[in-house]
Amino acid sequence: MADRTIHSDAVAHATVDVAEVDRFSRLAGEWWDPRGKMAVLHKFNPVRLAYIRDAVCRQFGRNAGQPPCLGGIRILDIGCGGGILCEPLARLGAGVVGADPSPDNIKAAQIHAERGGLTIDYRVAAAEALAGGGERFDVVLAMEVVEHVADVGLFVRCCANMVKPGGLMIAATLNRTLKSFALAIVGAEYVLRWLPRGTHRWDKFVRPDELESAMARAGLRTIDETGVIYNPLTDQWRLSSDMDVNYMLTAEKARSD
Amino acid sequence: MSAAPTNGCSDVLIAGGGFAGFALAIALRQALGANFSVTLADPALGQTGRDIRASAIAAAPRRMFSALGVWDAVAGEAQPILDMAVTDSRVQDAVRPVFLTFGGEIEPGEPFAHMIENDRLVAALSAKARSIGVTLIAAPVADFTAEPSGMNVALRDGATITTRLLVAADGARSRLRERAGITTNGWSYGQSAIVTTVAHERSHEGRAEEHFLPAGPFAILPLRRNRCSIVWTEEAGEAERIVALPDHDFHAELEKRFGLRLGDIVVAGPRHSYPLGLWVARSFVADRLALVGDAAHVIHPIAGQGLNMGLRDVAALAEVVVDAVRMGLDPGDSTVLERYQRWRRFDTMTMCISTDGLNRLFSNRSDVVRLARDVGLGLVDRLPGLKRLFIREAAGLAGEVPKLLRGESLAL
Repeated sequence: MADRTIHSDAVAHATVDVAEVDRFSRLAGEWWDPRGKMAVLHKFNPVRLAYIRDAVCRQFGRNAGQPPCLGGIRILDIGCGGGILCEPLARLGAGVVGADPSPDNIKAAQIHAERGGLTIDYRVAAAEALAGGGERFDVVLAMEVVEHVADVGLFVRCCANMVKPGGLMIAATLNRTLKSFALAIVGAEYVLRWLPRGTHRWDKFVRPDELESAMARAGLRTIDETGVIYNPLTDQWRLSSDMDVNYMLTAEKARSD
Repeated sequence: MSAAPTNGCSDVLIAGGGFAGFALAIALRQALGANFSVTLADPALGQTGRDIRASAIAAAPRRMFSALGVWDAVAGEAQPILDMAVTDSRVQDAVRPVFLTFGGEIEPGEPFAHMIENDRLVAALSAKARSIGVTLIAAPVADFTAEPSGMNVALRDGATITTRLLVAADGARSRLRERAGITTNGWSYGQSAIVTTVAHERSHEGRAEEHFLPAGPFAILPLRRNRCSIVWTEEAGEAERIVALPDHDFHAELEKRFGLRLGDIVVAGPRHSYPLGLWVARSFVADRLALVGDAAHVIHPIAGQGLNMGLRDVAALAEVVVDAVRMGLDPGDSTVLERYQRWRRFDTMTMCISTDGLNRLFSNRSDVVRLARDVGLGLVDRLPGLKRLFIREAAGLAGEVPKLLRGESLAL
């Protein structure tokens, strides 16, 4: 298993350093402060959570209103950061693996989950390494990561390999349009200062048709897509048919296998 | 009710067993089921006869009580308000011309409001809460500390409970609000409301009356069995004096204002005076804490909106918490609580300003102001659209209405 090399918790604990723990606690604090650096992500979280919950419940015949509606479903969250998405999914009953290439993020996520009494399998790993391990999941999530990867085709193929037949891949990302340049780069990074400058490179944004065909080449059929828009008056995000800036997409792997 | 102090966990802990606390407990439990634990703590649990007041239940709150499954239990004791009359007079005026009348139906067959004694309604709510598995503890909250992963709450009986969300539903002089360091904006009116119950000879025929006497409004609110609840505003010192009068003299003062339209009257219950003021908490939320009802805001009872506003808080908070829990979010998360605050605080400010304006307009001895307001009321009476807007606002159906107040259950 690829993750064996990563699971060095025993060693980490043996050489535990108080200053290190403090540093990761602070980092966890930053990830989880709804008014801090990650404020935008926290505001965005409910809309993507509801989208994921409803898509998964539809696919696996669950009642979304009845927690724990995701009981027994195995979910991989790629690029999990501090675990903002992993924790609610775990509370809804899912068996969650959270993966992030940054060891700091993973330590922060582990500290936070432990405090809240949640069991989440966090691993320092990129999608390629995980795919090499041969593990399979009911649902693979790539939320706000597609726009950061070097090779979208390779990334989607790695994710698709880890989806069980009949399972789902769900992605959220940014479209490459003039509007997204104005809003996501100029607006969010320069005017509103929601995100540090340089967080996003517009030329790496992916159009829905590009993502769909990458999915198709990897054996995934797109079954749903939706835009997500921000209303500055209510300070809330909601689903919309407007996919010009933020959008989400659900793709299914055929059941026959 | 717990016999001995217990330590444990509860997803939500509600401090205060009035309308707001019980209604919230029932709404959460009904929507989220047995996997979601709700505890309600109040030192006065199960004691009756403590609250002599009665409340006007407007159409929207009545639909909410129906959705919560408690209206049927009290419907037989609720007096529909079939008619409302507003007059503007001096005490000595023998004839009080009626300037404003409201037909009492908001929709055909749905009365504008019902009057019910507070004790009866709280008893029905309490019975419902108990029957659906809300844990009831007869002790007050002594202290609490917010931690990142939960709120540690110490009860006066020595128990400690860890909860994800603590709700202050502990009334106008909320100890939890004070303990959280949340201050209030507002002022006292220097007036008190004398409250008592009157039995009378003739039927009130479901008519509510509000007489704008110079000291402030004198409201006659119909109850079942030829009785009325009186809410009688006086300057604070005068109210104290009147309440302390011997029964015979109190009766005389009351009769002077009540009139003889309903025949002989008898004071049929204890009397109390309640200081009137307007206070709004500077924040409705803090770390893992939400304020609802009178803990968040107290307004002048002139338009009968206090209970209405409290239930709006409850309906909005219940909806926000249920949505969050169904997404796996922590119900005490500040993004969840901010949504509640954004929903309720603006509405509350609007209502405070309008009831305050009404009271300032009507508690006035100037004949000029009297003339102006009479002309104003006369105009309202002649403009059906405006009057309908007033009725709907008073019935609590304006603005962005939470599901429970539209009569929709949050349960699936």
